[in-house]
Order: sequence, then C-alpha cells, then structure tokens
Amino acid sequence: MFDFLEGYDVWGAFWTTVQLTLLAAVGSLLWGTVLAAMRVGPVPLMRGFGTAYVNIVRNIPLTVIILFSSLGLNQTLGISLGADDFKTINFRLAVLSLIVYTSAFVCEAIRAGINTVPVGQAEAARAIGLNFTQVLMLVVLPQAFRATVGPLTNVLIALTKNTTVASAIGVGEAALLMKEMIENEAQLLLISAVIAFGFCCLTVPTGLIFGWVGKKVAVKR
Amino acid sequence: MSSVLYDAQGPRAKRRNVLYTALFLVALAALGWWVYTSLDDKGQLAWPLWKPFFSSTEAYSTYIWPGLQNTLEAGALAMVIALPLGAALGIARMSDHAWVRVPGTIVVEFFRAIPVLVLMIFGLALFAKYTDVAADDRPFYAVVTGLVLYNASVLAEIVRAGILALPKGQSEAAQAIGLRKGQVMRLILLPQSITAMLPAIVSQLVVIVKDTALGGAVLTFPELLASAHPMSGYYGNILASLTVLALIYVIINFSLTSFASWLEARLRRRRKSTGPVLGGQDVVNIAGTAATAADPTGSTAGIGDFGGTRK
Repeated sequence: MFDFLEGYDVWGAFWTTVQLTLLAAVGSLLWGTVLAAMRVGPVPLMRGFGTAYVNIVRNIPLTVIILFSSLGLNQTLGISLGADDFKTINFRLAVLSLIVYTSAFVCEAIRAGINTVPVGQAEAARAIGLNFTQVLMLVVLPQAFRATVGPLTNVLIALTKNTTVASAIGVGEAALLMKEMIENEAQLLLISAVIAFGFCCLTVPTGLIFGWVGKKVAVKR
Repeated sequence: MSSVLYDAQGPRAKRRNVLYTALFLVALAALGWWVYTSLDDKGQLAWPLWKPFFSSTEAYSTYIWPGLQNTLEAGALAMVIALPLGAALGIARMSDHAWVRVPGTIVVEFFRAIPVLVLMIFGLALFAKYTDVAADDRPFYAVVTGLVLYNASVLAEIVRAGILALPKGQSEAAQAIGLRKGQVMRLILLPQSITAMLPAIVSQLVVIVKDTALGGAVLTFPELLASAHPMSGYYGNILASLTVLALIYVIINFSLTSFASWLEARLRRRRKSTGPVLGGQDVVNIAGTAATAADPTGSTAGIGDFGGTRK
C-alpha cells in the first residue's frame, strides 16, 4: 500500500522541515527577546524601532518576506549568506526569513509575559539599586519566560507549520515533496495522510510536552 | 509594567540615553545606507522602475486591483463558511455527549496541527481528481478549502473560549426559567459570547488575508501577491512591485489589527462582571488561545494552548 513512498526521500524532507524549524526557532527567540527588550526599554528611538518592526513584519505575509529574500537579497543584491550552491542558499534564505517573521511574534509573546510579572518585583529590584539591564535580565525576564512558555509554544507550532512556505522558493521540505508526489503518483489520499501524519507527529507532541513544561515552570502566585 | 522597569531619569541617565540613541541612529543609518547603495549599484532605484506606481493608475487598475479583488473574495468567502462551521465545531466540543464531543475535538485538533499550505495542496489535487471544477477555478476553490478547514478549527477554539468565559449565572438563570440545553446555548450564551469574540474574529481576518498569499505563490491563484509576476514582467521591476504589494498588505492588515484592538478596548470598558465564569479554571487556559488570536499573532494558535494570563 505504501510502496509508492519507495522513490521519495520522506525522511529527508521532514528532516529539512525540522532543521528549518529548529534553526529559525533559536534565531527568532534571540532576536525576538532583543526586540522585546527594546520595546520596554528607556530609549525612545529603540522603542519606536521595535514597535515599527513588529507592526510592519507581522502584517506582511511570510510568503512575501520569503520571496523578497530570494528575489531581492539573493538575485538582485547577490547575497548568498556564505553558501555556494542553489539548495544551501535557498535554505539559509528561508531560515533568515522565518527568523525575521517569527521574531515579531516572539517579541509580542515575551512582552505579554513581562506584563504578567507583578509590578512590585521590578520596584523591589530598582529599590536595591539595579539598573534597567539588571532589572530586566536578573528579575523580570526570568519570571516572564516562565509565564511565556505557553504562548511561545504556540509560536513554535506556528513556525513548524510556516516552514512549508519555504517551498515557495524551492526548499525541499515536506510540502514541496507532497506537491511532487501528488504530481507523479495516483494515491492522493495516502500521500496527504502521510504528510498530515508527519506534521501531527511534529506539532502534537510539541504542544503536549511544552504544555507540561509550562505548567511545571509556572511561577505560582 | 514597562515604565516601572527603570527609574525616572536623572541628568546622567539622560546623557546616556542620548548616547544610546545616537549609536542606534548611526547603526540604523548605516544599514539604510548599505541597502540604499547596494540597490543603487544594481540600478534598482531608477525612477522608471518606480514610476508606474506614482505617475498613473494603470499599474493599480490592470494588475493590483484584480489581484486584490481575488484576495478579498477568497478571504471573505472563507470567513463566511468558516464562521458557522467553527461555531458548530466549538459547540460540539462542549457537548455532554461523548459521541459528539470526541469527533469534534479530533477534527479541531487535527486541522490545527496541519499547515494551511498542505491543506491547500490537498484541495487542489482533490478538485482536479474527483470533481469537474474547471482548471482555472481550481486554485480559488483550493485556497478557500484550505482556509476554511484551518480557520474553522481556530474559530472553534475562539467560540469555545468565548462561551466558557461567560458568567456561570447566565446559564443557571436560563435553566431556572426552564430553557432546554439547546435554548440556553442558542438564546443566552451564543449571543453574549459573540460580542466578546468579535476582536478575535476580526484579527483572524488578518491571518486569512496573509494566508491567501500562499495560494498565489504556490498554487497559481491569481491573488494580490501573484499579480507581482505579470506586473514585474511588464515593467521589469520585481523589487519595486514586491515593495508596493508588501505595503498594501501592511495597510490592509494594520487597519484590521487596529480595528480589532479598538474593538477590544471598547468591549473591555463596557464589560460588567456578574459572577464567576462557567469554565472556572479551564477558561484561563483556553482564554490564552483567544488572547493570542486577539493579539493577532499570525497563525499562532496551535495544539496545546496551555498558556494564558495569570492573575
């Protein structure tokens, strides 16, 4: 029944999906945290930049961002991100675009997390003489992250699903493989079931595991 | 919260902030200069490339407007179908009967776990194989199918959170005057929760508008983004075209986002509490979903929404 899978690298495609997800997740967590810090910081210009970034980026479709990076960064400006073959270049461009897009949502999640930290925590930290960076790094962010596990998990799951958009610039991940298989094989329902099952295997455990982690690390108030 | 993270600024802190502002400005300017010069080197900033968008309305009437119409048409149709379907699924998930509740839960969780693009590709092949929809119409049908399946399951969660967030007294009073379960839901709970869900529903529109772009890039659905191809082919200005299209997306979605937050602020001001809510502890968990949707985090709603705000 599943012998049509013989000629296709299903594992490879899903491995690409996983790689895209993990690299973009780490990148957007870092950049999103920096953006969130800018948005709550004392420097008005940085606050403005953070707000503008989030409002612009999250209102542009990811597809547009990915096409921009391929047509603009790569084909027009000739940026190849240190790769020399077509496949690697597009993979890295896809990771970059996913980071640019996802970090806006990470920033919003972390900012919401910061808002769950009681005001008294920051006031106490300021009272013992900590400056803004110390208040944020030592007192507020650690508590905020514990409250943000749930929303960040949502962002991570959305990111996993968003990696399929990379097929628009020919990155060989699961959605592109699905398109290719449907064109060549007759078993539409089976192919779709395999791909759908693959994504369920990625997203459902993520939700369950991080849901458990989120409850575990939540600050009891 | 953010204003309590730092003290009121004294003279030294003010000087330091000016320094940081200057450094950041320099960094931004350097980035801008780099983008400007590299674009200029490749001749991308030449006026003829940008002229079509400023000097006449031809580019808009020939390429952009038809694409935008398709985008809005697909989005509106998807929303109109997904809303009742989502409401039905959301109510099914709260049913007392396991044979209704369990399938509802499975359907909702399944379609939220699958990327919307996969659903669209599936739809396209499905219409090609098993129906006699004309080849030209298939991408439209496929995009709407994908959007409906995905958004119905997201809306189901929004509806569920909205209903569980209603005060318990509402359904108790309804039961006390002798309404049946269906009547309680139809006459008392749904009408009230719909107003509470409005911001989340409006911001879901942003997700739909953004997701139609997938149809243009992967399925040859002639929507707004897809108009970049013929347009840049005619004017020879792919970067300028994409920039203008991105700007249009930002304008549409930003107005939707702003409308949603205005609506939310307005509803919050009006909200009066009449006691503990229906779902008790649960609502905190699911409300996280609605909150995420209300604060349009793209297609962030996913499986296992254990987040939510702690009081």
